[in-house]
Amino acid sequence: MSDAHAHSIAFVRETELPPAPPPTAETGAVKWVRENLFSSIFNTIMTILGLLIVLYLLSGLIPWIVNGTWEGASIRDCRETLQGSGGGCFAVLAERWPQLLFGFQYPDYLRWRPSLAFALLFLAVPPVLFFKLPRWMLVITALYPFVAYWLIWGGTAITPIFALIGVIAGYFAFTRVERQGFVLGLLAGVIVAAIMWWIGGYIAAEEPGWLRIEAVPSREMGGFMLNMILGIVCVSLSIPIGIVLALGRQSRLPVVKGFCVVFIEFVRGVPLITLLFVANVVLAYFLPPGTNFDLIVRVIIMITMFSSAYIAEVIRGGLAALPKGQYEAGDSLGLDYAQSMRLIVLPQALKISIPGIVNVAVGLFKDTTLVSVISMFDLVGMIRGPILSSTAWTGVYWELWAAACVLFFVVCYGISQYSQWLERQLRTDHR
Amino acid sequence: MTTMTDPPKAEGFRIGQLINDKRYRSYTFQFIALVLLILSFGWLINNAMNNPILQRVGIDFGFLSDPAGYDINQQPIEYTSQSSHLRAAIIGAINTLIVAFLACVTATIFGVIAGVLRLSNNWIISKLMAVYVEMFRNIPVLIWIIIIFTVAANTFPPIAEFRIPRDGSDAERGLLFGMFAATNQGVFIPRLVFESAGWLVIGTFLASIVGVFGLRRYARHKLYSEGRIVPVLWPSIALLIVPTVLMQLLLGSPVGVENPEMGRFRFEGGFLMRPSLIALWFALSIYTGAFIAENVRAGILAVSKGQTEAAAALGLRPGRVMSLVVLPQALRVIIPPLISQYLNITKNTSLAIAVGYMDLTGTLGGITLNQTGRALECVLLLMAFYLTFSLAISAIMNVYNNSVALKER
Repeated sequence: MSDAHAHSIAFVRETELPPAPPPTAETGAVKWVRENLFSSIFNTIMTILGLLIVLYLLSGLIPWIVNGTWEGASIRDCRETLQGSGGGCFAVLAERWPQLLFGFQYPDYLRWRPSLAFALLFLAVPPVLFFKLPRWMLVITALYPFVAYWLIWGGTAITPIFALIGVIAGYFAFTRVERQGFVLGLLAGVIVAAIMWWIGGYIAAEEPGWLRIEAVPSREMGGFMLNMILGIVCVSLSIPIGIVLALGRQSRLPVVKGFCVVFIEFVRGVPLITLLFVANVVLAYFLPPGTNFDLIVRVIIMITMFSSAYIAEVIRGGLAALPKGQYEAGDSLGLDYAQSMRLIVLPQALKISIPGIVNVAVGLFKDTTLVSVISMFDLVGMIRGPILSSTAWTGVYWELWAAACVLFFVVCYGISQYSQWLERQLRTDHR
Repeated sequence: MTTMTDPPKAEGFRIGQLINDKRYRSYTFQFIALVLLILSFGWLINNAMNNPILQRVGIDFGFLSDPAGYDINQQPIEYTSQSSHLRAAIIGAINTLIVAFLACVTATIFGVIAGVLRLSNNWIISKLMAVYVEMFRNIPVLIWIIIIFTVAANTFPPIAEFRIPRDGSDAERGLLFGMFAATNQGVFIPRLVFESAGWLVIGTFLASIVGVFGLRRYARHKLYSEGRIVPVLWPSIALLIVPTVLMQLLLGSPVGVENPEMGRFRFEGGFLMRPSLIALWFALSIYTGAFIAENVRAGILAVSKGQTEAAAALGLRPGRVMSLVVLPQALRVIIPPLISQYLNITKNTSLAIAVGYMDLTGTLGGITLNQTGRALECVLLLMAFYLTFSLAISAIMNVYNNSVALKER
């Protein structure tokens, strides 16, 4: 048909015409703007309002940062340099930066030690965070706490070395006895570790000068370093405790279950501040007369209790999310409780609960600022106390609080971005 | 063969079974756990009993009836410095509940708005909301409280600027709408004044709320039994407003508004919201609002698009799609985390102590504790209050959760 037709007409186009370009209003940036910013009257109003807000914020922020001065020894110097140009007095940051980071008592010639410990953190943490790194790097992570303790607190190296030896010896004892039963293995491990620690304590008392670097008492810790120490120590301690509590809450043994439920609900029902009050004024009543824990240790105990209850709830969610078949599979393979938990249930449950644990960790890190209420000089305590009340810097609020916001934002935003990345990595369903 | 079917020989109980037999092992473990628990608690209590300070003063709640001897700057009920510590604690508890309630309301408003706007098609608005959420979620609430307190106490104008000069010319600053004045002493707002007949107006209002619920029940009953749709929206609005206004007019305005007035030196009348209250309220609402925004967003995203399309295919109008299909499913996801955010607000009000707002932590856990030195008793009472409150709320939440949970196997 078409053939016959083709012969009867003088000209037939043999190739298709290329499609005409869409109208300019329907392509590129114009289309994007029309669809995303001005699609309706309401949307247009919102866009204009949004732009006004952004402009207002930037018009205040940019001159403040650009015109700001970084030199000067007091707020009067700043006022002279600025002459009312609306810039910020960032000189306070330049002058007090070490205090913001390390507190006002940490000896200034020793500041390289916590800095080094902080730098080593970037070697120690990645093996835990990124599963693709070689597994041997976990050794660095395992060594880190002892090295960091020695660097920050100083003193003889015997204490951390024997603490490490105790852990290693305990681990070997555990693996040897584990065949007899998990509980017996645990018991043997704890006993061997305790013996090593006791010997270590004895030697450290006899030989306090061996490999000694200058000791810094905990009451001299302060600034952002204190927030970091509290955050990292408490989160890492509370994960194992949280796992035990979560398992205890799921247990069929009424005594164990009852204790775990009461503990978790109690801790989650009271504000952290009351627990810090306990650490500050009450805990001493319940320790043997004469023992004198550092305030920082008491605070670490209470914050660890606090966060382990929250982590336990997150892990309980992970345990509940596992299909019942996984538990039954463990039983049908003939594994006992410890084996089936360790080999089958926990690896899957923990994987589910990692984002939740990271959320708790971020919340906990933010909550470490509460220690300023019981007169410890963390970042917030430093700003409110020694810096804002000094005669040189009274009234320099914005710059100091902005610095605090930036420090916390960088850390917390970084962790939460990691958590979201991890969630995408661990997602096994196909979408 | 016979041995297989033989019933197991009735063995007596052996001690070894306590460790080796799965049936009895749990008793051993529990017994050991119980003994350890009792031992450690015994150790703690023994330490406390041997503590020299506790031995001297003992544990005694009698101090609660002693005169407190300090002033509280926000008194919802009558209080003088001669009132007892108990009364100071009660005022603190009421102040805690006041700021917690205010913050819950505004945090929900901020959160819902931000959560919905973050899903908006408008690029600028959704990005602005993302910035808001990330900024507030990643910076400690204590810092926000202090920053807002600093703003309220340092950048608001002093009261002197509102003073009317002797020559009768205009003051440097006037009141906003003649009702509000933001000063560095706090924000003055109008106050509701009740005459004795005011309770009738309040009662009428409460009765009309009950009436609205009755109307909705009636409308639903009509719909299900006769298939007739009774209009609800406009009648309920009318029911809420008309009787109350009528009552107010009939009784000659027993409920009035008292605006703050500039006297010679200070404001008279009205209600003073101190910077500490403003800081706590605003910081908690805007901080928790960021979390609620994420919950709201997650709840809306949790309702799959197929649900909306299915409802539309059934011929429901958009309003009904929202109210009958999307919202009930989204709320099931939103409400539980929302309630736990409310609990967080209540617990975070204890940060009041950082800005000097006189909540329970400020009175009982602050001044009373320092004055009497009864740390153990004060901290116990403090914990008991927060614990009771939290447990009560979570009990209510569990009831709600069970009522909306998907009924599965």
